[in-house]
Parts: sequence; C-alpha cells; structure tokens
Amino acid sequence: MRSRLWVQVGCIALTLFMGIPIYLIALAALSSRKSLNQFPLPLSPTRLSGETMSTFLRSTGIVGGLLNSLTIGLSTVVLALVIGLPAGYAVSRYAFRGRDPYQIVLLLTRALPIVVLSVPLARIFLDTGLYDTTYGVTLLHTALALPTTILITSAIFLGVSREQEEAAMIFGASPLTAFVRIVVPQALPGIAASAIFTFVLSWNEVLGASILTLNRRTLPAQVFATLADSPLAFRFAGGLALVLPALIFIAVVRRYLLNMWSTTLR
Amino acid sequence: MAGVTVSNLVKTYPAGSRRATDDVCLQVEDGEFLVLVGPSGCGKTTLLRMIAGLEIPDSGTVTIGGRDVTALPARERGLSMVFQSYAIFPHLKVGQNIGFGLTMRKVPKREWQSRVQRAAELLDLVDYLDRYPAQLSGGQRQRVAVARAIVVDAAVLLMDEPLSNLDALLRMQFRAELKKIVARLGTTTLYVTHDQAEAMSLGDRVAVMRDGRIVQLGAPMDVYDRPEEKFVGSFLGAPPMNFFTATVQDSRLVVAGRSLPAAHLSGWPDRTVLVGIRAENIEVGAAEGLTAEVEVAEPTGAAVLLTVRWGADELKVQTGPAFRAAPGDHIRLTFPPAALRFYDPETSLALPTR
Repeated sequence: MRSRLWVQVGCIALTLFMGIPIYLIALAALSSRKSLNQFPLPLSPTRLSGETMSTFLRSTGIVGGLLNSLTIGLSTVVLALVIGLPAGYAVSRYAFRGRDPYQIVLLLTRALPIVVLSVPLARIFLDTGLYDTTYGVTLLHTALALPTTILITSAIFLGVSREQEEAAMIFGASPLTAFVRIVVPQALPGIAASAIFTFVLSWNEVLGASILTLNRRTLPAQVFATLADSPLAFRFAGGLALVLPALIFIAVVRRYLLNMWSTTLR
Repeated sequence: MAGVTVSNLVKTYPAGSRRATDDVCLQVEDGEFLVLVGPSGCGKTTLLRMIAGLEIPDSGTVTIGGRDVTALPARERGLSMVFQSYAIFPHLKVGQNIGFGLTMRKVPKREWQSRVQRAAELLDLVDYLDRYPAQLSGGQRQRVAVARAIVVDAAVLLMDEPLSNLDALLRMQFRAELKKIVARLGTTTLYVTHDQAEAMSLGDRVAVMRDGRIVQLGAPMDVYDRPEEKFVGSFLGAPPMNFFTATVQDSRLVVAGRSLPAAHLSGWPDRTVLVGIRAENIEVGAAEGLTAEVEVAEPTGAAVLLTVRWGADELKVQTGPAFRAAPGDHIRLTFPPAALRFYDPETSLALPTR
C-alpha cells in the first residue's frame, strides 16, 4: 500500500513538473499585455484576452511557419514509417550478415551534430534545387528520425510471433498481406510511439531547419529568428504556439499506445 | 482430397552441421492420418514445414495431389495447418480468426458466416465467436486454431504438436475429439508429435524419425510390436522395450548361464544377439520360470509395473493390477518365445527372421 502511495505521489509530482510551465506559458500568452507587468502576477485565468495571441499570429511568417512545420512534421512521420517499418521488420526477423554493425551505424548517424550535417547538406540542396523547400527539411528530419523508428519498431515486431505470420500465409495471405493484416495491427503501439517521437523531433528541430531554409521557415526556425527582438508577451505567445500542436498530436496518437484488446498473447 | 508424396527431401540449416532431414521419402495416401514421431531434433517439424511451404528444401520434391508444389509458396499449396503455439491472431475476434482463411479466399459473406458457424459448432465455440482470444482458456484457443484449420476444407491438414501446450487431462480429452473430427472430415492429415502415446493413438500409420531419417513406417501396432531398430523399441511404448544380450546355443538363448527357449534361431548359431521384449509380454509366476529380484513395484491402477533385477540386466515387467510384490521379493519370469525380438548388437537393426 505504501509503495503504491509513493507511486501516486511521484506521478503527481511529475505531472506538475511538466504541467506548471505549460500552464504558465498558456496563461501569459492568453493574458493582456498590461496584466503581464502587474505585481504580483495573477496565477488564475481571471483576465483572459486574445490580444497577444492574435497579434502574434498576425505577425509576418508565423502562420506560414506553422503550416510549414505541420507539413514537414506529418510528412516526416509518414516518410520515416514508410522507410523505417520495413527496416525494423528486417532487423527483427532476419539474421542477415552485418545486422549488428548495421544497428550500431544507425545510432552513429545521430552522433554527428546537426550543424555539421547541415552545412554540406545545404550545399547539396542548393545544387539539386532542394534548398529552401519543405521537402529538403523533411528529408533531413526523416534521416534524423529513422534510427529511433527502426529500433523502436524492430523491438515491437519481435513481440509478434513468426508463427502468426506463417499461419496467415498458410491460410492464403501473401507476405505483404500477412504483414499489413497481422503484424501491423499488433505493432500499433510501437508505431504510435515512434510516430510521436518523430513528430516531436521534427517539430522541435531548429538548427537544421534554419540553415536549410530562407523563406519557408518552420515555426521554431521562424520564432528563433525573430523572437529574440520581440516583446515578452510575444515570446509567451510563440511558446504556446510551439507547444500546443505537439500536445494535440500526442493526444491523438496516444490511444494507439495502449492495446485496444488490452492484452497480448504469447 | 489429395495424397502427399515427399521424395528425397534434404534440408540443412545454415547453423547446423548435419542435415535436418536426410533424403526423406514418404508417401501419404489420400485421406490417411499419418503421424511423424520422434525425439526433439529428429527433423519431424522441419519435414512438416517443408511440406507446408514454410521452409525451402535444399533438394528433393513435394507433391500434393499429383501436383509438384516444391517451388510454390505456402498460400498456393491448398493446405491448412495447426501450429504448436496456436498462432491465433490476438487482435481479431474468435469468429474472424476462424474465418481468416475464408476472408483471404474472398468467400461471399453468407457462405462465410455459415461455414464459420459450422466449424464453431463442431468445436463448441459458438458462444465465444465475439470474444477476443485473450478472453479464452488455453484449451479454447487450441479449439480456435483447429476450427480455423478445418473451416477452409483444405485437401491436406498439417498439425505441428497441437496438443503439447495443453495440460495432461485436457490433452487426453482433446486427442479423442480430434481423432473423431478428422475421421469425419476424411482429410489427409500429417501430424507431428514427440509424444509416443499420441502417435500410437491417433495415426493410421506412424513414421518414427531419428536424426533426419524415417527409421520405421507402419501401422501403430505393427511398429510397436515389431520394431525394426532398437531405437524404435525404446522410443515407442511406456515403459520402453526391454533389451538384453544373449548367446544362441542349440536353438536356445543363453543369458548369464541360464537358457531360454526361443524360435527362429537356427540361422545364427553361436552368435551374440540383442533380445527385445515388451514389459507386458513377460509372464510372472509360472513355477518353471527364471528367478528375478523385485527392485521397485509401481501400481498404476490398471496394472502393476515392476522393475526387476535379472542377472546383470534390469527389466521392466508389467503385471495385472492384483499382483502384489515388495522390493527384495523373488519372482519367476517366463519369456514367451513368440514375443521375443532379435537385434544385431552392432547395428541395432532387427535380425531377419525366417
């Protein structure tokens, strides 16, 4: 009983740790500019105003950046899954030559700082016409997300027994059908987890996106470039605009994190 | 309906040094129930998986219903299978699990429902069609796996140790039920097990495997009664067959200075032979028998199993349930000549009787 109590306490503490800053940012972003300068600061949402947010959203490049960020984030999720799922499947199912080195090399791609990667990438993208496009940034983010996508999904695929796929094939499924109808539904929690991870990674990535674009900035890149010179209220508005979409995405995908049939079979 | 012919199948796993199946030939008749039995690692599951199309043989052919299917993927072989781990799909309801093969074959909805319903009735699953497998017991999951396999009316049914995950009582019950269902369907069936009792009770014929080869193939009672190899005698039957060495002298067997009457011995004068006899064929109590000392007496209900010391050899003897003996007692044993089997001590193969 006591240990359970402590777990509860721990959970509440953790939730507050994550929740309070978000609450404060939201509060500041949704208050009028005047009330921000009051002392002491009101901690309850008594004087809400959309003034700060609407000014922020109307300023140059913000809505465009939001759309760019969403496009890049969602395309990165799709692309990373399209490439990463088969790779994760191969790592989990087949004992091919060089499998272990392959897994290490995967992780090594994350060992290079993004700045180091971005400059030569910008050069290549300039030559190939990918510079300052959402595709270019999507490619970079996909490359960054692939290692985790592959490692997470391969661990999940290990949990689906090979015999289930074989059974599907005995009863008339092609290997692809068996994968889509039998393996993927059972791997949904892992796929959801890696999708969240990928989206948040892409949403938060600033450096690469800043270097690889000029006019088609993602929201973080845009905020990063302009907000240093902005008034305090705008920074809070930017913070909220950065946090909210990621939270919504996580909330939507979260239900796949739990198995809908609640237990798995050996 | 179709027979299955396997010719010269060879398979070596990349990691293994010896062959998993070594030039196996096998002919399964249309409608026959054939059991592949052997200790673990004997290649029986590999053989089944090659017939199923889940493993590719190094060489040799598999023919189903006269059609060479060696190069065909599993889904085009027109067969059906029950897996050891059941391999039912946890994210599909029982009904969808049973009907999976029909869904893949794009069977019309009405027919789909009536066939799933019929299979569910056959296996007492009607009340569970809308549940997820996680809500079923182990025995019920096994039933789902069998229902899924029979609903497609495949020409050949393969079973890979389907009962091995059930507890002993359930296994006995389901064994009889399975035999009834398969007999009613009349499907050609290949059944893999390591359990000799299952093999004996289910098969029209039994193929005993060892080290990638079929060492003996025949009707269960024939294989049990006349093992062609010492290995078969000691693998089939509980307790295993007794073996002891003896010398042939004047058409009698001499064991440690005592002699027994025996038949068919004229061909091997003065030779050492390995003699095999089943525990239930040794008779106890006759006045002129050979004396042996009881070491252990185990009443099993239907019989009493004795472990006796007879000269240098230890023998298992099965007597009627009324027999009473305590360790240390001396009893008299008779070996009926017709029940004796003879083996070459070097090759362990049966000596040809004439």
